[in-house]
Amino acid sequence: MQEHTVRSYGEELRRLRELVARMGGLAERQVADAVTALVRRDAELASEVIGRDSEIDALEREIEEFCIRLLALRQPVGQDLRLIIASLKIIHAIERIGDYARNAAKRSVVLAQQPALGSLNGFQRMARMVQENLKGAMDALVNEDAARADEVWANDQPVDEVYNGIFREMLTFMMEDPRNITAATHLLFVAKNLERIGDHATNIAETVHYAVRGQPLTEERPKGDSSPFAVVRPPA
Amino acid sequence: MSSTSGLEAQGMKQTPGRPAMAGLQARSEAALNATARVAVRNLEFFYGDNRALKGITLDLPERQVTGMIGPSGCGKSTLLRVLNRMYSLYPGQRATGEVILDGRNILDADVDINALRARVGMVFQKPTPFPMTIAENIAFGIRLHERLTKAQMEERIEWALTRAALWGEVKDRLNTSAMGLSGGQQQRLCIARTIAVRPEVILFDEPTSALDPLSTLKIEELIDELKRDFTIAIVTHNMQQAARCADQVAFFYLGELIEVAPAAQLFTAPQHARTQEYITGRFG
Repeated sequence: MQEHTVRSYGEELRRLRELVARMGGLAERQVADAVTALVRRDAELASEVIGRDSEIDALEREIEEFCIRLLALRQPVGQDLRLIIASLKIIHAIERIGDYARNAAKRSVVLAQQPALGSLNGFQRMARMVQENLKGAMDALVNEDAARADEVWANDQPVDEVYNGIFREMLTFMMEDPRNITAATHLLFVAKNLERIGDHATNIAETVHYAVRGQPLTEERPKGDSSPFAVVRPPA
Repeated sequence: MSSTSGLEAQGMKQTPGRPAMAGLQARSEAALNATARVAVRNLEFFYGDNRALKGITLDLPERQVTGMIGPSGCGKSTLLRVLNRMYSLYPGQRATGEVILDGRNILDADVDINALRARVGMVFQKPTPFPMTIAENIAFGIRLHERLTKAQMEERIEWALTRAALWGEVKDRLNTSAMGLSGGQQQRLCIARTIAVRPEVILFDEPTSALDPLSTLKIEELIDELKRDFTIAIVTHNMQQAARCADQVAFFYLGELIEVAPAAQLFTAPQHARTQEYITGRFG
């Protein structure tokens, strides 16, 4: 694609991509640190994550204002219009991801004072997967790479599978010993947060696909979260 | 054009209001469903040896606005000049292919060009009022094609000025010079003069490029009104204008029709890279 004839307009669109990518990067780090704080029982790191969420919120407001200005002053059409609309949707999704990471961090503070439950390996795996998907979606945006976006979009199922595993694991902890209920419940919410983050990452990928191609992804996304159907049976 | 037989029969009654859903959606759907009033088939046009239009095939859907966009020299104005045989005035210019209007190829040698120009009217970039009174400006064109009684003529003048959204502003000064009107009023007078002979198709060649923003919007509103009764083609350099006015938009480049699509589609997700580059301002 050629450069814009009006160079400052091209610069502004480049800056928009950079800002959204930076916001995505911040969110990635928040997810990573929240889970690290959880696994290491590090309440201090968790507090840092909680404090940093306001940076993401501020960036969202800045990008939103920038988009509104571009719409008003440049009257964008075609791919430029799609990029700006996509950015507005994506930053909203990233803001939600930031909130989920903050919520996970808050729970980590509580969990650091509770008895440890299991290895938490599943949480690390989940965090790594959703981070990768988030990074993939942001790369797809920056490089206008629809194929990369499609990959991310189709890649949420493994996240759901780990989530299902954690769900079952936490139920067994609770059945074994009611004193585990506080920690296990918090952990369930953390797992749910990570699962939601994964969903948002795939939504971002979907939006990037539209921005690049001009056509929405119409297929049904592959999903693997079976926890809504789970039933607890009392031990025999 | 046959002589007049009562104003009602001439479609001079107010058309009933459009349904409430007259937004973008309706415009896109209309563009897909309408039948062609003018069908251009494999049109080639030559200025001497220079081929200015290359194999153009395009429908102008009935009672819709077709916007034509593209960089200077792309052929959009040339196409407009073919649609009413304006080019026939100039030696060395010729067209091949077909432009079908009511089942006839208007490029045929035996077509009555004066009658054709009454059926396919044209409004130009700069307002071109004649140096005569406002009423005479309208009557002049009508007299070339029809014989009307004085009462019929007055009625027709009022009708044309009303349809051109000018009647209210000029009804008390019909016998003063048209040269005293503002630019926007002059352009609406030219539109009134064009529709006074009750054409089927109206061609607009950059109709607002010499007008201020408010006059521009009045012309655009007028185009929106006129498409209830007329099939309209508009050449414009202002892409936002095409986006605002047109049901379908055709993008031309170097004499070729690159893409034609409903306006909403062309300005959100054009199919061709050239269109994309042009509408987003990335042209080399």
